[in-house]
Amino acid sequence: MQEELFTSGRNIPNIDPSLQIWHWPISLYLFLGGLAAGILFFAALFYILNKEKTYPTAVKIISVVPPIALSLGLLALVYDLNHKLYTWQLYTTFRIESPMSWGAWVLLIVTPLSFIWTFSYYREVYPGLESKLKLFQKFKFLNTFEHFIIKNRRHIAYALIPLALILGVYTGILLSAFNARPLWNNAILGPLFLTSGLSTGAAAIILLSKNTAERHLFGKIDLALIVIELALIAHMLMGYYAGSQVQLEAMQLLVGGDFTVMFFGFVVILGLIVPAVLELMELKGYKVPVIVPAMLVLIGGLIFRFVMVEAGQLTRFLY
Amino acid sequence: MTTSRRKFIKISALGVGGLATASAAYNMFGTTSFLNTFSAPNNSKALKRTATYCEVCFWKCAAWAYSDGEGHIQKIIGNDDDPHCNGRLCPRGTGGVGMYNDEDRLKTPLIRTTINGEQTFREASWDEALNVVASKLKTIKDNHGAESIALLKHGCPGWHFEHLFRAFGSDTTAEPAFAQCRGPRETAFALTFGSWVGSPEPTDIRDTKCLVLIGSHIGENMHNSQVQEMSDAIDNGATIITVDPRFSTAASKSQHWLAIKPATDIALLLSWMHVLIEEELYDKAYVEKYVYGFDELKAHVREFTPEWAYGITTIKPEEIRKTARAMAHAAPAVIVHPGRHVVWYGDDTQRERAIAILNGLLGSWGRRGGFYLKDSIAIPDFPHPEYPKPKWDWRDIGENYPLAQMGLTNEIIKASIPSENAKYPVKAWMVAGTNLIKSIPDTIQLQKALEALEFLVVVDTMPMDITGYADVILPECTYLERTDIVRSATNREPSIAVRFAAVPPKYQTKPGAWIAKEIGMRLGLEAYYQYDDFDEVVNWQLKEMGTSREEMEKIGVKKYPRQSGSLYLNEDEVHHFGTASGKIEFYSHELKDLGFDPMPKYTPHPEPPQGFYRLNYGRSPMHTFSRTSNNPNLTDLKKENDLWVNPKVARIIGLKTGQRVWLKNQDDIISTFSIKVRVTERVRWDSVYMVHGFGNDNKKLTRSYGKGIDDTQMISRVFTDPIMGGTGMRGNYVSIVTENPHKNEAI
Amino acid sequence: MRYAMVIDTLKCVGCSDCVVACQTENNVPIGYCRDWITETVDGTYPNIVLELKSERCNHCDNAPCVRCCPTGASHIVEGGIVLVTANECIGCGACIESCPYDARYQHPDGYVDKCTFCHHRLQKGQLPACVSVCPTKCMYFGDLDNPNSEVSQLLKNRKHKTLAPEAGTNPHVFYLI
Ligand SMILES: Nc1nc2c(c(=O)[nH]1)N[C@H]1C(S)=C(S)[C@@H](COP(=O)(O)OP(=O)(O)OC[C@H]3O[C@@H](n4cnc5c(=O)[nH]c(N)nc54)[C@H](O)[C@@H]3O)O[C@H]1N2
Ligand SMILES: Nc1nc2c(c(=O)[nH]1)N[C@H]1C(S)=C(S)[C@@H](COP(=O)(O)OP(=O)(O)OC[C@H]3O[C@@H](n4cnc5c(=O)[nH]c(N)nc54)[C@H](O)[C@@H]3O)O[C@H]1N2
Ligand code: SF4
Ligand code: SF4
Ligand code: SF4
Ligand code: SF4
Ligand code: SF4
Ligand SMILES: [Mo]
Repeated sequence: MQEELFTSGRNIPNIDPSLQIWHWPISLYLFLGGLAAGILFFAALFYILNKEKTYPTAVKIISVVPPIALSLGLLALVYDLNHKLYTWQLYTTFRIESPMSWGAWVLLIVTPLSFIWTFSYYREVYPGLESKLKLFQKFKFLNTFEHFIIKNRRHIAYALIPLALILGVYTGILLSAFNARPLWNNAILGPLFLTSGLSTGAAAIILLSKNTAERHLFGKIDLALIVIELALIAHMLMGYYAGSQVQLEAMQLLVGGDFTVMFFGFVVILGLIVPAVLELMELKGYKVPVIVPAMLVLIGGLIFRFVMVEAGQLTRFLY
Repeated sequence: MTTSRRKFIKISALGVGGLATASAAYNMFGTTSFLNTFSAPNNSKALKRTATYCEVCFWKCAAWAYSDGEGHIQKIIGNDDDPHCNGRLCPRGTGGVGMYNDEDRLKTPLIRTTINGEQTFREASWDEALNVVASKLKTIKDNHGAESIALLKHGCPGWHFEHLFRAFGSDTTAEPAFAQCRGPRETAFALTFGSWVGSPEPTDIRDTKCLVLIGSHIGENMHNSQVQEMSDAIDNGATIITVDPRFSTAASKSQHWLAIKPATDIALLLSWMHVLIEEELYDKAYVEKYVYGFDELKAHVREFTPEWAYGITTIKPEEIRKTARAMAHAAPAVIVHPGRHVVWYGDDTQRERAIAILNGLLGSWGRRGGFYLKDSIAIPDFPHPEYPKPKWDWRDIGENYPLAQMGLTNEIIKASIPSENAKYPVKAWMVAGTNLIKSIPDTIQLQKALEALEFLVVVDTMPMDITGYADVILPECTYLERTDIVRSATNREPSIAVRFAAVPPKYQTKPGAWIAKEIGMRLGLEAYYQYDDFDEVVNWQLKEMGTSREEMEKIGVKKYPRQSGSLYLNEDEVHHFGTASGKIEFYSHELKDLGFDPMPKYTPHPEPPQGFYRLNYGRSPMHTFSRTSNNPNLTDLKKENDLWVNPKVARIIGLKTGQRVWLKNQDDIISTFSIKVRVTERVRWDSVYMVHGFGNDNKKLTRSYGKGIDDTQMISRVFTDPIMGGTGMRGNYVSIVTENPHKNEAI
Repeated sequence: MRYAMVIDTLKCVGCSDCVVACQTENNVPIGYCRDWITETVDGTYPNIVLELKSERCNHCDNAPCVRCCPTGASHIVEGGIVLVTANECIGCGACIESCPYDARYQHPDGYVDKCTFCHHRLQKGQLPACVSVCPTKCMYFGDLDNPNSEVSQLLKNRKHKTLAPEAGTNPHVFYLI
């Protein structure tokens, strides 16, 4: 029989639980970051493609979501920091090897841009709101500012495309950079999280869109993204299979362990396959309430982040 | 329930408050203020260094306590000049700060009282508590004589109360370190070499070429310099042979682990002797020069072949021969270690005799790498009148065990249970620094005695089990808060060490020296206390010994030249041993005349019945008995004991590591608490193993209450050694209960 | 200068003195630890092998904890010692996730803490606290760049291993086996 145990120190309650240092806010943050990245990507892309009119939801209407998502995400992130008073230390330096540092800086740039993007459509999309608030009357400089932004929208969109992609990839790389957590440590996680972020972004657009053409287009996009995502997941699992002992053990958590139901049931089947089938049916002309697959994709995306963050922290090299 | 006069009170029952909280200002744990104050590297802070010696076990390592002199002790570090520790404390000594910081400590004197028909404790002032103690002792002395008041003690506080008792006219004294611990080996080595082994053991481990451990689990038994020297021996390439049914840590460091069947060691020892003599491997010159009774031994062991021993011990004959030769090859730099806690099966003096004789054959006593000739220096007694002579004392109480060299706790306990024509009736106890409930087997007998006592006063630092039976509890401060007796160590060279208070006593606690003197004064024993403060005594003693308080504050330990000649036997002279014949006695007329076997014999011991496992127990390196079981630093390392179970047994019963079980022993005693299973190959299939000292039944001990099982509770059957009265404790069997047997009991 | 620790598993008895000593020396709060002891048992009674190891931060040459730290709180100083500056640390936990040895913990005050090789003692010419108390003297500490140091000599002459070398961190706590 082989036996391995902690004689002292590590068998005490505060230690191993404190290794599980990332909690739900991180999962939420990764989800919201991905969602915002997806939306901003599509908004900027369709703007550049001059489809502002054809797909108003993607470019304009939904633009209120990213700033909220990013703000909530940032709040969640800071909430999970344990030495909050020192949060400013993030911005005293840029660490090229640290995904956290990348994330912090990308967010610092993307978040204001997303606000600006929303702001540029504010009066156009929410005239009712403005007539109540009368912001532009109270603050005169807003007029010049709005004017300046609208003039530069194209530039902003060009900046947003790479930034959104970086943000989307970053949500995966934040995890995959950790060699020490075998479940996370694979190159697929970046593209996978990006794809998933784009897919949730598309789903959000479908959800808000009242325009059939737009819904159809994003249904197709989402379908394609889901197919890619499934392929990437299969690829990831195969990667574990081909990996070292620790990776094999890590995979067990997803394939035959505590997270199997969550992963296969909620993420793969309910979050990917079912919405894909529903979207396909919709495209084929069956009557499917679009809200169903869109919601499934969003919820599946959220659970996916939870599963990966939680399960990943259970996997390790030693012990 | 019992019709007991004295009910066990869990101290938590009383309405402690007022006094306790008033002085509990210093709360170190769990508060952020502690973290803020001390978490930054504070090492730059100027800390005061106070000389002390450790009281976490009885090795008494000299150390430095680093403190702010007020209420904070940062760390305790060994004294480099001390032969007990060489500047390195063991984990318990390093964690000694926890003894001081433990917020569950006894804080004020407590007196038993009855409120609404319920017995409980109330807080009392020192004056009141001491008056009660003095008047009770006086009354009992007037009615039954001072002899009827017994002192049960252990460790440093014992010294102060022994002085008090002897001045008062009682020498009815005992400590668990004899009949529950070293007794058999001291008697056996005295019979063989005319000298106790004593503490620290004079084993020359650092220079040995072969160390033989019979059950002695050095490495888990953390007696400091022995552990250190065993490590030196490993570095020097010494052969280590460990005889233990369990794969001890020491066994894992050994070239030869003899996984002996429990209770059969004497057979192995006899067959080793057989091999040494048959193969003429013994030290002929040494035996010729020093030994009495070799021919008798030779005839005696002729039939004890390794093949014979194999059938008993399950150790293969070639393994027995190989190890015997390894010992002979290393001789005389070989140590067959006497062990220390050696009260196992009731024939322990004879097993220790066999160990002593084996050492004699190998010529290791008085030789480099074997046993050195120890030396020490006497501390002068502060002048006092002669003690009165009691009419009877511990010797008389232990008269059935002629070779007991110290008081027998269990005989005093027996004498405390009223009987028709008791020769030596004991009526009251003072208990100082020993947690009898955990240290004395046969708790039922102990309970009877406790209930019958007219008076029980307990001096302790913690609300340990024994305090629950007291009429008066006197809270002593910890060793870090008091000046204490000068330590005189027996070692390669004599040395003394001092203990000064590093910080003032916390709460309302007081040093044992002060408590003893205050009682003495109230008993009219002023003549024995011709000083204001114990510091005066120590200062005087130090001056008498050619040093001073100032010097000792700086050095902590002082070495003296040897008085008794060379460290090893002088090969040109003939050494006289302290035995009747002046020789090493393989054959003992003394034993023969008292009706015992003059040479050790193997006698079979009972084996566990179906469904039962032999209860084996030992030490955790991070704990000392029960005294550390609530220590915050040490519970952090190990919170509770676990039950080692062989995988075969686990399979049969269906046990998993981490599962909680209860135990039921051969006398149907069910453990109060549960214990976590550890399935491990390190233990034999016929026994289970646990570390001694856990399973505290007092909610006041917030960290240790209900954690693990108390092995003593399961030791209801005692095999008394007829030679010296030791209480053999390894013949108890337990079955494993997987369902909570207390489920339906009200708590 | 390259500091390293060498621990002789043939002598370690798993007593945990190194753990308590670290706690009192470095004010590690009760309930936490910078070092810990593992026990590995292999085989079947009575053919058993037991290994006891005192473990801590390995002060890796290729330290992922330093690389992933977004603020620079985790950094490497002279002698290869990996340190955390408490008031630069935001408690993001990235370094905890990145350490293959799980050698870091989150201090209840928020920042992340771990073994410092007793940097403050080294500066005073003292050995790390754990090394200086170990009753079996099974822990050695010194400069690997000096070929005559005790640690260099031990690694030259004795069989040894490191933990999880496959993690690619180039650890600097060595175990003699
Ligand atoms: N079942 C079982 N029984 C055993 C043993 C075993 O292994 N198993 N071992 C036996 C052996 S070898 C021995 S030596 C004995 C030891 O037996 P004990 O000496 O009774 O053991 P401890 O548990 O250390 O009890 C010491 C008591 O002293 C208190 N104390 C600690 N420091 C101080 C102090 O400074 N002043 C005062 N006044 N009190 C203090 C503690 O709180 C505790 O209540 O037990 C023996 N009994
Ligand atoms: N950490 C720590 N160290 C201590 C103490 C402590 O409380 N804590 N207490 C100190 C004191 S006072 C004492 S007396 C010593 C006691 O220390 P030792 O004398 O070493 O203790 P024992 O209890 O005799 O030995 C326990 C070992 O005996 C083995 N054993 C059990 N039955 C048999 C048998 O039939 N044959 C053989 N050959 N072996 C058997 C057990 O498996 C276990 O490994 O420890 C001292 N050192
Ligand atoms: S051996 Fe350990 S507990 Fe015992 S006196 Fe020495 S340091 Fe203290
Ligand atoms: S102090 Fe030494 S012997 Fe004890 S556990 Fe630590 S390394 Fe091992
Ligand atoms: S052991 Fe862990 S914490 Fe220490 S340097 Fe290596 S990766 Fe960093
Ligand atoms: S927790 Fe502190 S030390 Fe660790 S990576 Fe974050 S900022 Fe750096
Ligand atoms: S080197 Fe210092 S900080 Fe590191 S484990 Fe040892 S005592 Fe603790
Ligand atoms: Mo003992």
